[in-house]
Amino acid sequence: MKNQDLYNYILGIADNSLILGQRLGELCGHGPNLETDIALTNIALDLFGQTRSYYQYAARIAGDGKTEDDVAMLRVERDYKNVLLVEQPNTHFGHVIARQYLFDVFHLLLMTELQNSKDETLAAVARKGIKEVSYHQRFSGDWLKRLGDGTEESRTKMQEAIDHFWPYTAELFDTTESDQKMIKSGIGVDVSLLKESYYKEVTETLEEATLDVPENPYFKKGGKQGIHTEHMGFLLTELQYMQRTYPNMSW
Amino acid sequence: MSEKEVKNMEEIFEARIARDEKIEPKDWMPEKYRKTHIRQISQHAHSEVVGMLPEGNWITRAPSLRRKAALLAKVQDEAGHGLYLYSATETLGISREELYDQLHSGKAKYSSIFNYPSITWADIGAIGWLVDGAAIINQVALCGTSFGPYARAMVRICKEESFHQRQGYEIMLTLCNGTPEQKEMAQDALNRWWWPSLMMFGPRDEDSPHTAQSMKWKLKRKTNDELRQQFVDQTVPQADILGITIPDPDMTYNPETGHYEFGEIDWDEFWQVVKGHGPCNKERMEARVGAWERGSWVREAAMSYAEKQEKKKIAKAS
Ligand SMILES: [Fe+2]
Ligand SMILES: [Fe+2]
Repeated sequence: MKNQDLYNYILGIADNSLILGQRLGELCGHGPNLETDIALTNIALDLFGQTRSYYQYAARIAGDGKTEDDVAMLRVERDYKNVLLVEQPNTHFGHVIARQYLFDVFHLLLMTELQNSKDETLAAVARKGIKEVSYHQRFSGDWLKRLGDGTEESRTKMQEAIDHFWPYTAELFDTTESDQKMIKSGIGVDVSLLKESYYKEVTETLEEATLDVPENPYFKKGGKQGIHTEHMGFLLTELQYMQRTYPNMSW
Repeated sequence: MSEKEVKNMEEIFEARIARDEKIEPKDWMPEKYRKTHIRQISQHAHSEVVGMLPEGNWITRAPSLRRKAALLAKVQDEAGHGLYLYSATETLGISREELYDQLHSGKAKYSSIFNYPSITWADIGAIGWLVDGAAIINQVALCGTSFGPYARAMVRICKEESFHQRQGYEIMLTLCNGTPEQKEMAQDALNRWWWPSLMMFGPRDEDSPHTAQSMKWKLKRKTNDELRQQFVDQTVPQADILGITIPDPDMTYNPETGHYEFGEIDWDEFWQVVKGHGPCNKERMEARVGAWERGSWVREAAMSYAEKQEKKKIAKAS
């Protein structure tokens, strides 16, 4: 492939939205009330919308008649480049909110910068997505505060969720080799520079939510290199079920 | 109010309905009217919400990203329908909690169709085509019903349902134009969903005790059998276009009446599912009750947070 690094770079962004959208899709109809079901579905729809634009672009780059679905659904686990954070399961609603918030803050910072990409297609997706993503952060941030500063029980659950996901946050700011090449050429965003704003924003919200900022200095990573957690294979099994069982058909 | 006064009010009320005036929540209404409407509208709301389950089941497995997004949006629409209808029911003086209680305890019913399993992707097509199709026929008839909030909710909902139906039919069409395996999947889905869809219109007219009263209040404008016939007449030609066969050897077109004549519905199966012993009654209730119970700490937290915020506001103001 001629533009392998650009292709890899796009997947690095697209896979996060796909996998998080897939997790949110599991929840539809099972949330605490209809209002949260509707709101989380909206977020999933936004993520799938964005991810389709990325995959359509990636498919064009890959050439040889590939479609967005081939790129999204017909890779082996090791070729998915999403961060570990987004593939973690919906253990309870507090987990859903913690995972969402910790991703949304990053996502908004990323999209803000990506608007200035020299790649017109990526910049356009970012410009279109930024309003959506800022709504996501408002939603998850509001719920973080509600659950943090709600009841004793909800505070405990929310703290446990934040502690659980904290080790997955550092990976957001890692860059792969392809990322670095794209940063150099003015296409990619140097996410390592977003770290400070990220933790500042998150810390402020946690304080507002009367939650402690975890002090755990040990972080987990691997997703960006395609080394995922044990949850990933099960998620992909569902995602790929139809494409694998009935190859080469249109739906 | 004396008995005579009530009688008088009732006469005025019935006259308003006869003139096609809408009854609004604040208007006087007979107790029976209120109760019947609470029952019917909430039953409808429950159906929307339970109906999210068989389809939601396929969101993670949808065969393409386009289909996945469309299905998510559809299931979300159903949640929206549930919300409007619960709100319409609440105007009659019952709380959402009470309504959920009735659903969870099994006191309230919901459409039996959702007690059938969705086991292949083609079921998503068949549900949109047949189940939303049958729902539209029932609901269009309700757009002119006498209770204002219900009629208005129906107008809004019908628009979305017809979109769902087209989408479902389009899934079926894609399968039928696809490989033999895909077409077989579509036929199998039609085989399983056809009879339950006919049952969605309820028992035969002679077994439907509330029909006369419901017709008078315009909760029904056509009988169950009339609506069922309309559905069959509309759907058979659509199956022909798809090139799949309706699983009814007795189906014949009567050129004199212009209607399709169809075979006998298995009423034993109908009552079995209505009484709670269908293929998925238990699973559907477990899913709803489970979601509600798992969500209770979340709802409590939201309430407690809102109270704290309110107190802070008051403290600030004083
Ligand atoms: Fe609906
Ligand atoms: Fe629908």
